[in-house]
Amino acid sequence: MANAVKVRTKLDGDVALIRLLISHPMETGLRKDPEGQLVPAHFIELLTITYKDRTVLSAQWGPAVSRNPYLAFRFKGAQKGEKLKISWVDNAGDSRTDEAVIE
Amino acid sequence: MQSSGGISLLALMAAAGMLPGFASAEEWNKAAFEAKSVDDVIRLLGGSAPQQSDRVILNGPEIAENGAVVPLEISSSLPGVESIAILIEKNPNTLAASFAIPPGTLPEIQTRVKMNETCNVYALVKSDGRFFYAAKEIKVTLGGCGG
Repeated sequence: MANAVKVRTKLDGDVALIRLLISHPMETGLRKDPEGQLVPAHFIELLTITYKDRTVLSAQWGPAVSRNPYLAFRFKGAQKGEKLKISWVDNAGDSRTDEAVIE
Repeated sequence: MQSSGGISLLALMAAAGMLPGFASAEEWNKAAFEAKSVDDVIRLLGGSAPQQSDRVILNGPEIAENGAVVPLEISSSLPGVESIAILIEKNPNTLAASFAIPPGTLPEIQTRVKMNETCNVYALVKSDGRFFYAAKEIKVTLGGCGG
């Protein structure tokens, strides 16, 4: 699946503020489609964000995280121009890794 | 031999849900995410007897008109924060998310969650091996789980 992640970064000294918007349906498995059929659960279970091979955040999610998940956090020791890697795996076995540059 | 045996035992324990703790990068904590009560989730995250603490801050709206998108902001001034979890008392499954906070990452998370109905939301923080929480009631006008 060609789901993209939008990343905004903001550096304050060596502290990077990271804001992510991940494109994913995050279906709960409780919603019905217009024909009245339950839409199967489909959600990101694991999210890992690494900066220069150091994990700066890892998360486990259930289907209660909103559709197209938003996440913001900050970490220390960041430098402008360095890369951030965002990886996720969902309950259907789909996975995706995106990269962003700290600005 | 010794170390590989140790690793496989650890993996076995993790697979069986016997290892306490929050988000590990490898194993999704299925039991915790399927739990139906705040107490069960805390137990399955490896905690017991969490204390309410004003050093855990949970910000969110008083009233969420759309339960499908409820913005939450959690932070803590406790030392040695290892993890932050979001629990929603009356959702079909109580645990919404858990975050492992490694050293160098600030203990603050902003995200958006779904809420089925008006209820208490809990921010559970593990600090130096102990569990603390903040609670906030959020009123939901339109539930965001089914629909």
